[in-house]
Formats: sequence, C-alpha cells, structure tokens
Amino acid sequence: MLTTFLSCPFSLSLKMIHSLFLINCSGDIFLEKHWKSVVSQSVCDYFFEAQEKAIDVENVPPVISTPHHYLISIYRDKIFFVSVIQTEVPPLFVIEFLHRVADTFQDYFGECSETAIKDNVVIVYELLEEMLDNGFPLATESNILKELIKPPTILRSVVNSITGSSNVGDTLPTGQLSNIPWRRAGVKYTNNEAYFDVIEEIDAIIDKSGSTVFAEIQGVIDSCIKLSGMPDLSLSFMNPRLLDDVSFHPCIRFKRWESERVLSFIPPDGNFRLISYRVSSQNLVAIPVYVKHMISFKENSSSGRFDVTVGPKQNMGKTVEGVVMTVHMPKAVLNMNLTATQGSYTFDPVTKVLSWDVGKITPQKLPNLKGIVNLQSGAPKPEENPSLNIQFKIQQLAISGLKVNRLDMYGEKYKPFKGVKYITKAGKFQVRT
Amino acid sequence: MVYPLNEDLKQMLESSKDSAKLDAMKRIVGLFPAVVKNVIKKLVYVYLMRYAEEQQDLALLSISTFQRALKDPNQLIRASALRVLSSIRVPIIVPIMMLAIKEASSDLSPYVRKNAAHAIQKLFSLDPEQKEMLIEVIEKLLKDRSTLVAGSVVMAFEEVCPDRIDLIHKNYRKLCNLLVDVEEWGQVVIIHMLTRYARTQFISPWKVDEVVDEYNESNFYESDEEQKEKDQKMKTTYTMDPDHRLLLRNTKPLLQSRNAAVVMAVAQLYWHLAPKSEAGIVSKSLVRLLRSNREVQYIVLQNIATMSIQRKGMFEPYLKSFYVRSTDPTMIKTLKLEILTNLANEANISTLLREFQTYVKSQDKQFAAATIQAIGRCATNITEVTDTCLNGLVCLLSNRDEIVVAESVVVIKKLLQTQPAHHGEIIKHMAKLLDNITVPVARASILWLIGEYCERVPKIAPDVLRKTAKSFTNEDDLVKLQILNLGAKLYLTNSKQTKLLTQYVLNLGKYDQSYDIRDRTRFIRQLIVPNEKSGALSKYAKKIFLAQKPAPLLESPFKDRDHFQLGTLSHTLNSRATGYLELSDWPEVAPDPSVRNVDVTESAKEWTGILGKPKKEKPTEKFYSESEEEEDESASTSSSGKCLESNLYFHCLENCILRTVWYIKIKKKIANEARTLFNLISVPTKTHELLHRMSGKGLAAHYHFSRQPGIFGDHMVPVQVTVTNTTDQKIENIHIGEKKLPPGMTMHEFNPIGNHILACEVAIMVQGIDFCDSTQTASFQLCTKDDHFSVNIQPPVGELLLPVTMSEKDFKKEQGMLTGMNETSATIVVAPQNSTRLVIVERVVKAANLGVVPSGQDNIHRFAAKTVHSGSLMLVTVELKESSTAQLVINTEKTVIGSVLLQELKPVLSQG
Repeated sequence: MLTTFLSCPFSLSLKMIHSLFLINCSGDIFLEKHWKSVVSQSVCDYFFEAQEKAIDVENVPPVISTPHHYLISIYRDKIFFVSVIQTEVPPLFVIEFLHRVADTFQDYFGECSETAIKDNVVIVYELLEEMLDNGFPLATESNILKELIKPPTILRSVVNSITGSSNVGDTLPTGQLSNIPWRRAGVKYTNNEAYFDVIEEIDAIIDKSGSTVFAEIQGVIDSCIKLSGMPDLSLSFMNPRLLDDVSFHPCIRFKRWESERVLSFIPPDGNFRLISYRVSSQNLVAIPVYVKHMISFKENSSSGRFDVTVGPKQNMGKTVEGVVMTVHMPKAVLNMNLTATQGSYTFDPVTKVLSWDVGKITPQKLPNLKGIVNLQSGAPKPEENPSLNIQFKIQQLAISGLKVNRLDMYGEKYKPFKGVKYITKAGKFQVRT
Repeated sequence: MVYPLNEDLKQMLESSKDSAKLDAMKRIVGLFPAVVKNVIKKLVYVYLMRYAEEQQDLALLSISTFQRALKDPNQLIRASALRVLSSIRVPIIVPIMMLAIKEASSDLSPYVRKNAAHAIQKLFSLDPEQKEMLIEVIEKLLKDRSTLVAGSVVMAFEEVCPDRIDLIHKNYRKLCNLLVDVEEWGQVVIIHMLTRYARTQFISPWKVDEVVDEYNESNFYESDEEQKEKDQKMKTTYTMDPDHRLLLRNTKPLLQSRNAAVVMAVAQLYWHLAPKSEAGIVSKSLVRLLRSNREVQYIVLQNIATMSIQRKGMFEPYLKSFYVRSTDPTMIKTLKLEILTNLANEANISTLLREFQTYVKSQDKQFAAATIQAIGRCATNITEVTDTCLNGLVCLLSNRDEIVVAESVVVIKKLLQTQPAHHGEIIKHMAKLLDNITVPVARASILWLIGEYCERVPKIAPDVLRKTAKSFTNEDDLVKLQILNLGAKLYLTNSKQTKLLTQYVLNLGKYDQSYDIRDRTRFIRQLIVPNEKSGALSKYAKKIFLAQKPAPLLESPFKDRDHFQLGTLSHTLNSRATGYLELSDWPEVAPDPSVRNVDVTESAKEWTGILGKPKKEKPTEKFYSESEEEEDESASTSSSGKCLESNLYFHCLENCILRTVWYIKIKKKIANEARTLFNLISVPTKTHELLHRMSGKGLAAHYHFSRQPGIFGDHMVPVQVTVTNTTDQKIENIHIGEKKLPPGMTMHEFNPIGNHILACEVAIMVQGIDFCDSTQTASFQLCTKDDHFSVNIQPPVGELLLPVTMSEKDFKKEQGMLTGMNETSATIVVAPQNSTRLVIVERVVKAANLGVVPSGQDNIHRFAAKTVHSGSLMLVTVELKESSTAQLVINTEKTVIGSVLLQELKPVLSQG
C-alpha cells in the first residue's frame, strides 16, 4: 500500500486528458486546447517523428511514449487529434473520447474538416470546454450539447452579428440532470415520425477459386426519431434469435432485451445509432456477387493481362447496384489500358489505385473490364496478384433475413408515423486473385 | 456589447502573439460583471481559466461573482460556478474553494454534487496539502446514491487516495448495483477501481482449476482415492464470496455497451477476476470491437494477443475473425498475425498455413517478413508440421524479394538448430545462396550455421571460408564476426585445410576499424592458436566453441506483457506508465468480508442527510432529479411517519452507537453468520413503535425485525429494540421486567444496560423471542431505575420465517408433497410497474423473510422459507398471468400461518 502511495508523486497527479492538438496532413498544428496547465507545442515533435517513421498515416501508432507525457492520437478525416496524457489511463478511454469529439464536430458542422473547424473556432472551443471538465468527460451526448451550444446556421450567424448575441444557448440544459441524459426536454414536433434503417454489411474474404474463406454480417439500426414529449418505444423483431452479439445505445433497457428480446427505450431526439449487431457466423452468409478474374503478368516482358467480370448471385430477386471495384495494383505497374463494357474506370499512376465504377449489375449483360497492364521495364514480375475490393448496395433487403415485427409507443397520446428501411452493403469485401 | 467581444476573440485566436491574447483577456475580464449577470457565458470562462494563472490579480476580480453564483437557486448555475471557480488555478483562493466544495458536496442536486467531485481533483492538483480534508469529502460523496455522482467521485478517489481501500468497503455493493446506470465514462473508472479492490478482498477463484491440473500431473504418486478426496476437499472449500459474484454478475451486461472502453474494462475485469471457465464470455464482445476504427482495433488486438498466449481456447472459435485483409494497416496486420500464431494448434495448423501462404506473397514486405517469423514459430511449437514448414521456408529461399529470403534464412537457422540431425541438404542449399544474398543478418546466419555444423558439410565449409575471406573487408560487422567464428570452428575441427585461411582472416580482423572485431580477433587467436603464453583455456577451446547450444525459443513478443493489468496504458506501452497502480495478488486468506455489510445505522445516516435538508427545490425540478432520491424520500417517510422525531433519533443514533460495546461484539458474530446468506436477506426497514415518548416519560422505544439468523438459538426471532432518551436527564438501568407471555413462548432478554443513557442518546439492544409460530403478542415490561412501562411486540407473520435456499427441482418436489389441504391460493391484481422480476422479488422479500428460489421461467417466481419454531416448509409461488393478474400460491403444513401470509402478501404486489 505504501509503495503505491509513494509511486504517485503529487506534482504529477493529473489524470486523463491534459491537452489536445489538432494537426492537419501537412503537419500544421491548427488548434490547441488545454484543460489544465499549458503544454508546449513542442511535445508534438515526438508525434511528427513517429509519423515520419510510419511512412503512411494509417500506420502512425495510436499511443506514443515521450519522456514526460504520453500521446494518444486518432486519425479522422485527414486530421490527427493528438491528446496529451500525463499518467496511466485506459488508452481506449481516450481513443473513444476523441472519436466522440470528431463525431460531434461532424454533427455540428456537417463535416469534420480543417476548414469547418477553423470557420467555427468559437463553437469548437465552447464544445471542447463542455465535453471535458478538468480532463474528464462531462457532457458527450449530442442532445445535451445542442441545448448548451446551438449548432451554427446561416440565419443564426447573421442574427448574432446584428444583435450581438452568441451561440450559447439561453435555456439551461435539463437533460444533464435527469436519469435519461440522452434526451432533451420539451421536444415538440407537428409531424411525429420514427424511422429505422436496418443496414447490414457483409464482410468477406473470397479466395482465388471463388470459395468463401471468411464471411460475416455486421448490422446496425440507425434511427431518426422526431417525436414530441417523452415517448417510450418498444421495437420487436420477427426473428430476434438471429442477433448473435449486440451492442446497445445507453437508452435501451437491457433487462427487457434479456428476458423478452424486445428493444425498449426512451429515444434521444434526432439521429442516433440504436444498436449494432453481428449475425452469428454459424449461419451461412449469402454472398450476393461473384467475380471472374484473369490477372496475369508475363515473365520477362513489361506487360500483363487484366480481365475481370462481375456478376450477381443469390440476391433474392433484388438488384445489386452502386458497384465499385478498387484494386491496389503492384508498385511495378506503370499504366493500364482497359476497356469497360459498363461504367468507367480510373487509374492513378501515383498511388497505383485502379477504381472501376460499375453501377448497377444487369444479369443479361455482365459488366466486364479488360485490357493490358504496362509494367516498368526491367522490373521483376510482381509476386502476387492484387486483391479486389468490392463495394455494392442492395435496397430493400437485409441479407441476414432480419425483420422488424412492430413498433409500439407508450407514454404519449398521438399516433406517430413509423417507417422501416432495409439495405445491404458490402463491408470489408475482398476477393483474392 | 458582446458583439465586439466575439470579433476580438476571433482575431485573438488567429494572432500568434501571446501579448495580443493577453490584451484580449484584459478586456474580457473588464467586461466580466456585465456578462455574468445575464447567463453564464462559457467562452469567457474558457479564457479566464486559461489565463488566470498568468494574470492572477485580474482573475481574483471575478471570484466574488462566483461566490454569489454558488448560492443561486438554479442548480445548473451553482454547478457551473463551482466548475469555473475550481478551475482558476490561483493558490490564494484555496480556502474559498475548499469551502465551496464542502458545501456543494451536500447540495440537494446530484448534478452539483457531481461537480463537487470534479472540483476535488482540481483542488488537489493545485494544493496537495488539502489531502486530508478532501478525503473527508470523498468519503461523504462515496456514500451518495446518485448515479450521476458515482463515476466522478470514484475518479476523485483514484486520484487523491487510491490506497484508501477502506473507504470502499461500505459502498462496494452499492457501486456494483448502480454500475449499469452510471454514464459510460464513469463506468470505466469504477470498473477499473473495483478490479483493484476485488483483488485485495477476495480469494482466488483459480485455485480450483489449478488443483485439477495438479491432479493430472501427480497421478502417478498418489492413489486415485486419495486424490479424489483431496480434490473434493479443495473444491468444497472454495465458494466464491457472494460479493465477488455480485461484481461479476453486474458487470456482464456492460459487455453490450457501445463504448469500446467500457467493453474493454469489463473484459479485463473478467480476465483478472473471473474463474477461468467464465472468462470466455468476453471474447465475443472483444471480437466485435474489431469492426471499429483502426485505433480501437490496435488496442483491442494487443490485449487479445496477451490473452491468447495464456488461454488459447478463449479465442479459438473466432480464428477467422483475425484473418488479414490486404487493406489493413501494417500494424494491424502484424497484430492479427501474432494472434493467429498464438492460436495455432494441431487441429487448425493446416488451414493457418494455407492462409499464411497468401500473406507471404503480400506486397507489404514488412508483413511478409513477419509472416515468415510466424511460420517459424508454428513449426517449433507444433512438431507435426515442422518438416512441412521447413520445406515451405526452403522454397521461399528462391523468392525474388531479398527481404523475404533473408527472413527465411534467419528463421530456418533457428529451426535447424532445434533439430540439426538430418538437414545437411538444407545447409548445403543455403551455402549456395551465400553468393546472392546481401542482407547482413541472413549472411551472418548462414555462416553461423555452416560453422556450427561444419562437420556435417566437411567439403563445403572450407570453401565458404575461402570465399568470405576474400570479401571480408567489404562485409558488414555482423558478417565479419561470423566469418571469424566460422574460421575458429574450422580451425579446431579441420585445421589441416583451414589453418592458413583462418590466420589470414584473423590478421584481417586485427586491423579492422571496429574495435569490437579487433577484440574478438584477439580473443579468438588466444584461444585457438597455441603459444607459450596461452593459458589453460586453450585446451578447452573445442569445448567452448563447439558446445551444444540450446535452441532458441521462438516466443511471442507479448509473452512478458501479462504482468500489466490489461487495458491499461502500461500494457500498451509494455512499460510502467506514471501513476500505474499495480494489481495485487489474490490474498491467501480473504480479509473479513463483513466490512462490506451495510447496517441500518449507515442507511440511517443517509436518511438524515436528506431529511435534514430544507424542502426540495421547485416542483418542476423535482421532475428531473434522480429517481433514487425520490425513492429514498418516500422510503424514509413511510418507514417512520414521524419525520421530526425519527430525525432526531437517527441523529442521536449516529453519535452513540459505539457506546454499546456489547452490541458491536454481537454484530460481528451476526455478520459472519449472515454472510453466507447475505444476498437472500433483505432487512425490512419498517420500524414499529414499542413505547411512545409521551407515555414513556421521555423514554421512547422502537423495534424492528433485523432478520439476522441464529444468535440466540434456533427458535428465536431476533428483534432489535432501539431506546431513545428524549429527556434532558440521564436514564439509568434499563432492563426488562415482568413478562406476560402466552404458553410456550419464551424470550431472551437483552442484558440490562448497566450504565445509563444520557440526554438525547440512543441505545440499541437485540433480543430474541420464540413466538412458537403464532402471531400472538409478547407482552413485557420495560423498566428503568424508577419506572416500568408495559409494552407489546406483535410479530408480522412474515417475520416468523427463516429463508431457505433450495433448487427449483427440490422446490417442485416439496410442493408436490404439500398439496390439497396444505395449499392456499388467491388471484391478485399486479400493478404493471411491479411485473418485473426485480421488483417482485424485492417487494415479496421485504414483506416476508423468504428466500428466493432460482427460476427457469420468466413469469414464475418462487420463494421458500421455514417457520422459525417448528421448521415447517413454507413455499410461495407467484405466477404472472395475462392482463396484469397473478396467481399467488402458498404450500405449507402450517395452514393457519399460510393463510395469514397469503392475506399479507396480497396487497404487496398490487400497490403502485
């Protein structure tokens, strides 16, 4: 006991997030915020050092140790959020919080970009001040923040500049005090609506021969709820047993789910993610597309052949649309001369990324892309064929077969308008060639 | 007025000069009173906090404004004022802050109390001298029942006094129960704290598993029967502390949180605290987090890597979730590979090797190299595939990429070392490679191999030395050292052919630029070349150089991380971070578990806290305040009904409790016995009046049924009598006088309070009464030195029972035997809010001293007890039916008590 006591000297006893730096891709620190004493910008030099070592941004380690501080960073929308930490803290705690900050910016300004942040710098500071108190998260729910600090609108900024008022809300947020902190009080709509989007993504790895190495369905239910008062909703499914592993928005009553498999909740106002789930991997996953590919590089010659066809498979009568194929070609590829029977393709000779925007697949005429690949002369033949990353979308279908049964509302008298939409997308869908 | 301010701020932010910023600050402070008057202007606060340290005088101007705001009727303004005040880092105002924190910590609004908890940390970092005072505030706030406060105060506890585990004891169960409703950030902090706490308070649940392992190993030495006995003994001696179980049970739902930090916190808690057979439930949730962004993936994968070394089984079912995609960043790829390697076993190795083949061809060469290392590790760990792997690696030697070839050479070297017997061919193959490979590590590895096994390739080895001697000067230091080694070894085994060559190499080494190589050369020469000065060592040169070298262990780089608590920064960095708190080992013997028992006096204190306050704020605000608090209030009013009096009595209670030493001794005994039953016992808060202070000439007495089993013997119902002196004189010699008991009924008196109780004091006594399973009244006299008063105790039928633990099966069996005459039933209306399991159990157990029987059906709730005197079973079943009705069934031999109990239970569930 005594040793633990001695090992944390008072002067260093500052917890959680000390400072935050926002850094753009060219390495400029364009915003800094300190919740305690000021930490010099020079601490970021350690970050830049690590960034240089990492070659590409994706590989910058999220946790860096420096002589006096620890840096925990996230990379979002071409911005590094670098936080300065002085003592032991669960790293995920900080990472999760930083993402919450980025989400909030996105929510407020429509995009989380350097320009948006610079344009709204006052609001950004106000937000950061509310979100952390002394380095510990205080108000992170968007409903509460929006009551404290109004999001910018063109009209409001004009009015503000004439009347001299600021964005700080003049009503005090009451949600923060209640035991349902995610919902603001006094919500009123003339049209009461509740929409649920069931979005499923297929993660898959398909091997050379077309057989599935790994496939899994990840789903989310995103909701847009515009209901007056304090509605208490319960959403039930036809086949809840499909959901293998579920994570919930804090508003959901866990006990009801455990005992009855019903989602019962008082929703936040506006857009939010109700649940995310995984469909158990025991179930066979229907793969809605197939790819025929012939990619080869000739030995001792500076060219190769590229021939890819995409076709629909097991799509339950629905059209596969929004098909895009991206391929990271080997470094030795100089250029590609291809013809697409459908859609258009681009090849970036710098990043070596081939992108083919196919669009909708019609089974009568399968889209095909073929032609010649030019290689650097003298360079050895690439070892491996590149893998194909595929995106697609199928409307009005949840590939797992999940179906919403009904939505009931208690606690309020009016009749809301209810809507459910299903959509299936490709997640991390990769075809090895 | 505010408009130019905003403009200024913008300019200020764009300006790079500090002086410009300070100027702006001065203007802001000048504007301050006007601003604060209206609504709280956050932005001004932001700058005030930021620059207060540099501009202390200016900052002080604002203090009085905040002090006024601390008394504002609106809780949000009070909270914000405290928040800003405590953020001004100016030492002069420490006393003001301390005072403000103390006041806020007993504020009626939980939100203000939450902010008080935050302020504690700020004050502590400003002035650590205040530690003792702050701990007092923390102690007080830890008792708070609001979910808003819990997270923040635990945070303050972790920062100010993480070593004061004793402060947690009494609040442990409450924290466990509140946890689900605390906001997500608070959950993380509380879970980490409770993990540490649990490791100091409970004994290891892992012992049982270990014993089983031992059993397998020591099978030979002991006879089976002996072993079984021992085994059983160990198994029966370990029962998990109910508090330990409580923590595991209450954290489990949080695995479903959307917040990755919460999920990880629960996962580490299960890893460090749960029996090994139960820890597996966290894997599914951790795998789910892998869908998240790259940073979360990175941390989660690191933790899984550590876990998968120790307990493979946990993640084996999710093997495919760790398959690598070509779009993953390299750091994620390598971590996944690490986990795949850890999970490899005989059953899945062939699938894995096929997968690895794809990775080796990856364009990401760093990753391809890591894959080769992984194959090497699989080959050493799983002997069945060693040859397959080795062949595969040899094929890679003809790869076009040099990094791949080099890595293969290094791994092959390690593999050959483990079984050199029959690999002459591979060594020859590698010797040929030497002409083409330029990567120093690979060259060095080949040379070392040839040197080490030179007797297996007697023709090639000297030739290799010849070639390398030629290129010696152009080689890397690493390679030069190995050339020297090769030379030395050949000199010792085959000096006829290589004597001159070796000496040539040694001469080259003697004049090398690197002192390391010069040193080595000198050392080798002394050892192998005999001359008159060389000592005894040269005789053993051969033994020294050609000793059997132990094969290198190919281990996971995550092997040594397990001594850090999972999910911590230290674990991620693999080095101790500042402020890391070590997770202690399980104690050999569990410390006294009764410290966590919360007795009536404790809750009484909480009540006084609430009752002692002025009225609630405006009714509108009550709507938003914590539900718990409302419950509290209703509970306390209903329980006493006589608000003022009981208030006084509880106040006194707090001061005088320690006086009755006898009572405390008893209490400990009770606590120990009650422990095993703890989660079945719910102490009814209802107190009954025994003697009113008016008729008792200033002596008031209350009694309640404490449900603490078996202090006075098996047939006694324990009754706790609380005596209060409301006069301003002392009352002496309180004892029990004449008893008028119905036949058969007996009573265990409390020891007379020999001493006296002073004015406004309270004494607590426990007595036992054997009511003979009837609801007849026990009448007796309560005497003081001068007076005697007749008093009665009539037990509610629910208190004549003792809870019984039994399984659902046993319950049904017993119920089957108690049908017909022995069954009474009624249909009751159940209020909709009472239809959840939790509420039903809580209400029924409060009304009667029944034990809960685990039930497999959601709509049926079962309770069991036996009567105190005769020990007859009393089985209660509540079956929820359609349209909010329920069937209440009681099966017992004691039909009279059964029907009375039925009448008493009826209203319990229909009340709102």
